[in-house]
Amino acid sequence: MNSPCLSNAELIDLEIFAAQIRIKTIEMIAAVGKGHVGGSMSIADAVAVLYGSAMRYDPANPKWKMRDRLVYSKGHSGPALYAALAIKGFFPQEWLKRMNQIGSNLPSHVHARLTPGVDVSTGSLGQGLSVAVGLAMADRLDGRDSYVYCVMGDGECQEGQVWEAAMFAGNHILNRLIVLVDNNKRQCSGELKKINDVGDLGRKFKDFGFDVFEVNGHDLAQIDVAIRQAKQNTFKPSVIILDTIKGKGCSFAEQMADNHNITVNTEQAVAAVKILETRIDDLNDKRERGHVNEN
Amino acid sequence: MKINLAQPGTPAEESMADTLGRCLGAFMEEDLRVIAMDADVGLGKMLPPEIINKYPNRYINVGIAEANMLGIACGLSFKDKVPFTYTFCCFAARKVLDQAFLSGAFGGAHVLMIGAMPGVTATINGGSHMAFEDAAVMRAVPEMTVVEPSDMLQGEQVLRMAKDLPGMFYIRWERKGDIRFYENGSTFEIGKAVKLCGGSDVTIIAQGHLCLKEAQAAVALLALEGIRAGLIDMFTLKPIDREAIVDAVRETGCLVTAENQNVLGGLGSAVSEVMAENEAAPLEMVGIRDAFGEVGDLESLKKRYKLTAQDIAAAAKRAISRKQKRRPGA
Ligand SMILES: Cc1ncc(C[n+]2csc(CCOP(=O)(O)OP(=O)(O)O)c2C)c(N)n1
Repeated sequence: MNSPCLSNAELIDLEIFAAQIRIKTIEMIAAVGKGHVGGSMSIADAVAVLYGSAMRYDPANPKWKMRDRLVYSKGHSGPALYAALAIKGFFPQEWLKRMNQIGSNLPSHVHARLTPGVDVSTGSLGQGLSVAVGLAMADRLDGRDSYVYCVMGDGECQEGQVWEAAMFAGNHILNRLIVLVDNNKRQCSGELKKINDVGDLGRKFKDFGFDVFEVNGHDLAQIDVAIRQAKQNTFKPSVIILDTIKGKGCSFAEQMADNHNITVNTEQAVAAVKILETRIDDLNDKRERGHVNEN
Repeated sequence: MKINLAQPGTPAEESMADTLGRCLGAFMEEDLRVIAMDADVGLGKMLPPEIINKYPNRYINVGIAEANMLGIACGLSFKDKVPFTYTFCCFAARKVLDQAFLSGAFGGAHVLMIGAMPGVTATINGGSHMAFEDAAVMRAVPEMTVVEPSDMLQGEQVLRMAKDLPGMFYIRWERKGDIRFYENGSTFEIGKAVKLCGGSDVTIIAQGHLCLKEAQAAVALLALEGIRAGLIDMFTLKPIDREAIVDAVRETGCLVTAENQNVLGGLGSAVSEVMAENEAAPLEMVGIRDAFGEVGDLESLKKRYKLTAQDIAAAAKRAISRKQKRRPGA
């Protein structure tokens, strides 16, 4: 399949978007002092591609019937999603400052009834894929051409319900279902391998009737191409296994053995944000230069 | 049962999370049947590291798979092991109810199910993680014992009794519990409520660390107004201490229940059931009024759901005035 792909300038924009998501995520978590840093960072690039290029949505009309849906099944990584939604204008960026405070519309695990742009409430791992299957079935019944995306953790794949849903999706040929697994090889208490290994996720999904794409989960172009190909799929549901690093792009967290749910102080946050801002400056320069060259 | 009360507000030497890790570690050492099971929520960091090193096969982290954990625990128990399962309250009841019922209680297993972070103590984890229904759900399972110890000393004894008694246990565990209600030398019995003080005007019956702490403060607030409130620690929700409830009705003629959970099916319900079948009196229920949890800090959440000492004291006054309307002069 010859899918169109991102231009250089579009790719740079996406990279800037991903860095902005990371900055806001760090700031949000630092404001409450503690949070799920690792999993928010590892999924940030995929979230950037979803909201920066792949998904059909309208921030002014978050309930638009024809929108694509995202089931953010690893709901504890809410901060990365909130950052993307705020940047895209689903709600005021001011809201980010009050994440997890009493009365906030942004709870640590995503909740559809509180946040514009969040379609499905999650937080209990393992449930999201079934809901995504239901959404995709409804689209098919109604003849809608929307896609349903489901973001899951690799640790989450230890839940049996994931495989009940996968079996069903494969058997029902839900070709507009696109699953993304944040395969960061770590869960809450350490490495999956040492706890209860999920083994070869690609092979497992393949057995259940999925088309499998294995990509570098921090390479935006690769993620984008995989999603474009998945969208063309008429015979099978798709899964994109994102090879990721827990804590990626957050200077203090990336080094830590355990960065799952950690305290973050202002100093750490400032240092990490600074690095990301420098990266954004560099990307802007690169775009300018590219622009000059193109002329 | 023998009770030595601590001075109100006495700080505990350790948090109840530490108590749990220490006790399970000690049990693993002294009783080779004991298995500590975790569904990726950090029990491994609570157990003493030397115990995990010494008995690596008896700390089992099944990963994110609570129902599987329960099933495995039941199987272990059928071969004379004594498994303690550990996860958050929100998963400890919701995700495993069928397994706890069928493989567990119905099948005659002996599993000690520990649910951590009850009710609003889930704080910034938010509504998805706020279990207001867990104890009520477990209470409806035949032969399930349901307890929520209120401090470290009681907690330690409850764990030990549960280990040595038959059947299924649901143990609600407030990890951040940090004050003592009881001094060393106190001994407890499952199914026997503890009377912290007697009263003449109203009796407050509380379940769990958070509510007992607030209730104790409410007793002090009421005393300032000349109201004598009795206080009962109902750490066993099931089997509930019927005698203690009937005695309280006779002693004070009205009751308040205080619970960190939905009042539907919880302590308020259990106390009402006993009164309806024995001797009834006005009852005011402090607890979550059939609502979902929300994200926030503990102090704000206690206010939001009306679980504070002031709320309990106000409920006590409502109960007293209802009693007086029923029996003028009483
Ligand atoms: C059913 C359930 N059990 C336990 C938890 C607690 N919990 C939150 S995040 C997490 C680890 C998740 O690991 P993974 O899915 O790999 O996510 P990531 O590493 O990307 O954060 C756990 C156990 C939960 N949210 N839901």
